Amino acid sequence: MNTLRTIAGRSFRANLSRWAVRSTATRHLHATTTQRSAAIFVHRDSPDNNPNIPFAFSTENLKTVDRIIAKYPPQYKKAAIIPLLHLGQRQLGWTSISVMNEVARIVDVPPMRVYEVATFYTMFNRKPVGKYFLQVCTTTPCELCGSTRILDTIRKHLGIEVGETTKDGKFTLVEVECAGACVNAPVMAVNDDYYEDLTSDSTVKLLDALKRGEVPPAGPQSSRKNCEPIDGLTTLTTEPTGPGFGVREDL
Amino acid sequence: MIRALARSKGQIVATRSVLGQSTRAFTASVPRHEEVEVFVDGKSVMIEQGAAIIQACDKANVDIPRFCYHDRLAVAGNCRMCLVEVERAPKPVASCAFPVAPGMKIKTNTPLVHKAREGVMEFLLSNHPLDCPICDQGGECDLQDQSVRYGADRGRFAEFAGKRAVEDKNFGPLIRTEMTRCIHCTRCVRFANDVAGAPELGTSGRGNDMQIGMYIESMLDSEMSANVVDLCPVGALTSKPYAFTARPWELKTTESVDVMDALGSSIRVDSRGLEVMRVLPRLNEDINEEWISDKTRFAYDGLKRQRLTTPLVRRGDQFVPATWPEALELIAHQVKQTRPEEMRAVAGQHADAESMVALRDWFHRLDAETLTVEGARGDRVPAHGVDLRGNYLLNATIAGAEQADLVLLVGTNPRHEAAVLNTRLRKAYVKNGTDFALIGPETKLNYEYDHLGADLTVLDKILSGEHPFAKRLAAAQQPMIIVGSAVTEHEQAAYVYGRVAKLVAQHKDKFLRDDWNGYNVLQRAASRIAAYDIGFVPATSTASSTPAKFVYLLNADDVTAADTPKDAFVVYQGHHGDRGAHLADVILPGLAYTEKDATYVSTEGRAQMTRAAVAAPGASREDWQIIRALSEVTGKALPYDGIDGLRRRMAQIAPSLVRHDTVETPAFAELGIDVLATSTGATASAPASAPLSRHVIDNFYQTDPISRASTTMARCTAAFVEGKQAPTKHVGANAAHAAA
Repeated sequence: MNTLRTIAGRSFRANLSRWAVRSTATRHLHATTTQRSAAIFVHRDSPDNNPNIPFAFSTENLKTVDRIIAKYPPQYKKAAIIPLLHLGQRQLGWTSISVMNEVARIVDVPPMRVYEVATFYTMFNRKPVGKYFLQVCTTTPCELCGSTRILDTIRKHLGIEVGETTKDGKFTLVEVECAGACVNAPVMAVNDDYYEDLTSDSTVKLLDALKRGEVPPAGPQSSRKNCEPIDGLTTLTTEPTGPGFGVREDL
Repeated sequence: MIRALARSKGQIVATRSVLGQSTRAFTASVPRHEEVEVFVDGKSVMIEQGAAIIQACDKANVDIPRFCYHDRLAVAGNCRMCLVEVERAPKPVASCAFPVAPGMKIKTNTPLVHKAREGVMEFLLSNHPLDCPICDQGGECDLQDQSVRYGADRGRFAEFAGKRAVEDKNFGPLIRTEMTRCIHCTRCVRFANDVAGAPELGTSGRGNDMQIGMYIESMLDSEMSANVVDLCPVGALTSKPYAFTARPWELKTTESVDVMDALGSSIRVDSRGLEVMRVLPRLNEDINEEWISDKTRFAYDGLKRQRLTTPLVRRGDQFVPATWPEALELIAHQVKQTRPEEMRAVAGQHADAESMVALRDWFHRLDAETLTVEGARGDRVPAHGVDLRGNYLLNATIAGAEQADLVLLVGTNPRHEAAVLNTRLRKAYVKNGTDFALIGPETKLNYEYDHLGADLTVLDKILSGEHPFAKRLAAAQQPMIIVGSAVTEHEQAAYVYGRVAKLVAQHKDKFLRDDWNGYNVLQRAASRIAAYDIGFVPATSTASSTPAKFVYLLNADDVTAADTPKDAFVVYQGHHGDRGAHLADVILPGLAYTEKDATYVSTEGRAQMTRAAVAAPGASREDWQIIRALSEVTGKALPYDGIDGLRRRMAQIAPSLVRHDTVETPAFAELGIDVLATSTGATASAPASAPLSRHVIDNFYQTDPISRASTTMARCTAAFVEGKQAPTKHVGANAAHAAA
């Protein structure tokens, strides 16, 4: 059946390209990329991710666990699933099946309820990630400001595709939706820090620094300070007025 | 749509049977609310407040297409197929998730509704493979039916990149998956979690990539699991044993009754020619709602294997085929040489009431009185006695079990002995917060329970008020005690029944009321209540102590060497070459439940008829006719030679046997308890200990000759009981992708 589909697809594609040549603009018939993501929503035991690998919260984190659970009424303990998964991911670096099982045990729900949550939210990494987890925003504002270039730069510089980890285990590259820092687009998050106003050069510089084990200061990589205009302030340039400004003198 | 129609038809039938039953009608739902009037397509409908629009439409007999909505499951509202127009609502509303309001004007036949349905259908079909010709659901597929009825007349699907493809899951040996066909209605997830109590099924992922499954590699381990096959509106979950064997339009449907356990679930036997192709549940509000257990559903392939098709006679160490006259003459010859007190009849779990009555009458004509049932202590009068019907029935009824607020299980594992009743108990646990306690070996139930120990003497402590459970019992409003068939087979049966009766007598005002009888015995053999009803028990206890020289096994396979002494002449009448047949000197081939019109009485005392779906294999004959023929050959001809005469005789012995499909509230319930509470077992001092070390059913999937002959049940045993997981096959591109 697969062959059939391929043949049909090929002839269709051939027709299409002829048609595309005749028309002025080329465009893809399908707007979305084909996602072959079936495998990521099922778990398969592997040497580095299986239920037999023990996971336990550290003594320090156990206190946090108690604090988190205390926020919710005892009969709604399962409300703590997301914060606990997050805590587990912080401790281990990623959310392994053992982390999920441990959370299920703590909040006293069938493990599947936790798997459902962990697979629903894309920020739970169910595969190990590198030391530096690069999340490149490719939503519209970043895209307009050149996030594709940034992505290509990283891909070329590190030799990995989106979703992959470098062989030395240092970098993992993923695309994310809006990071919420559009004003300084394009943006890439390295672990918890945002590196903004990226260009190809500054991206390479940043990656090289990370490779050396240095952590450059986060924030805009251009001359910009925070999210001020890049050529200096155009407003609020004077000293802020103090109390009593503009108030009638007799008051 | 077909299914929806069938459902509404079934409801009518069910209502009728409730009306016909003069005794009591329990409601499973929450107390009724006030009714409000709504208008469906201009037609006025009165419906209780809080009901969904779709229910009002159903009540008005207006068809609303649906995929995710199911009246026995929680509302999900995610398929959007049931969109209707409500006057003054800005958009179409999902009728399954929208409550009715007084005076609401619902329109189901407007251009807006048609367009909405077509739109939803187009989206559903955009990722649904067009593989109907090779899909097992074809012909009875909700998506197929509804797309014809409500879909657009043309498609606009122009994606050449292909449709979404999802890897198949391994749900075990019963459920075949084709997850690409899944439309994400989540009916199976809601069923597994809420009804079956199998929380391992869920949804992983999100959006278009959402998948139904277990996330990890495990199987759906529940004895009710295959009901998801019926629930699945598309061909994503289909029956593995039935796969590619038949199309629904080729099948002849026969409405029948299940005999795999003592509940008498309503089933539908689909057959083609001489073969039973599948067994499906039939809606019956009083018994199985619309669920059946996996054994009921899948043991049918055992009907084709190990069958006895011709009379067999033992010659040395092998059986040789014989003609009917030869076999009957041989038996008659033996009978004539045997003294009546050395004759013994054993009725097995699949023996029907007709043949038991005939066998009893024939034995009585021969002056033989040792009528026994199979299983431990089947050769004596059961401890609960058989004089008062209330003493051995599930008096609260299967539907009534939902009403209990405290359930004490004594020596029973309802999950394996009565899976359908167990879903009722789980329903009570989930909906009403019913409290459960168990005396007997600890077991895995799908609701929480207090384990009061495996020693039955704990009953004494509860009686005296020493045990903390006594307080809970005293506080309960609608308590229920379920005594399992394991207790009847226990050495201390008399003691246990005595103490249980005392306990009931102690709280008489709660256990025995006009509308409630909390004393229940749960049988596991389909034939047992009928056997007790007709008095298929030894007349005296001394008779059973005489070693038998002639043993007549009527479908009896749960027999021990003690039941069939070495020098005894053993006749086995039954349909399978199982344990009983191995012990026999002469084998007479009878019929299985799918081949005869026979009466079975369920554990709640409901007499029901199985219906012949397929013809008898080989030279086998209807069971009661075999005994009638035998009576003729032995010179003690029975006075009836037709089924009508036999049924009249049955009515004489036990009128309840011919009052079909009703549960008669047993008379003298209180007297029965009084008799038990003052019996020798009740007054005798407690034994030092009365441990119940194990449950009567080790392996749910193989409990009778049919299921033992079934390969499907053997696979289930390997997968679920012995825990050997079948290797998962990852097929196609997904596997390659996963590896990469």
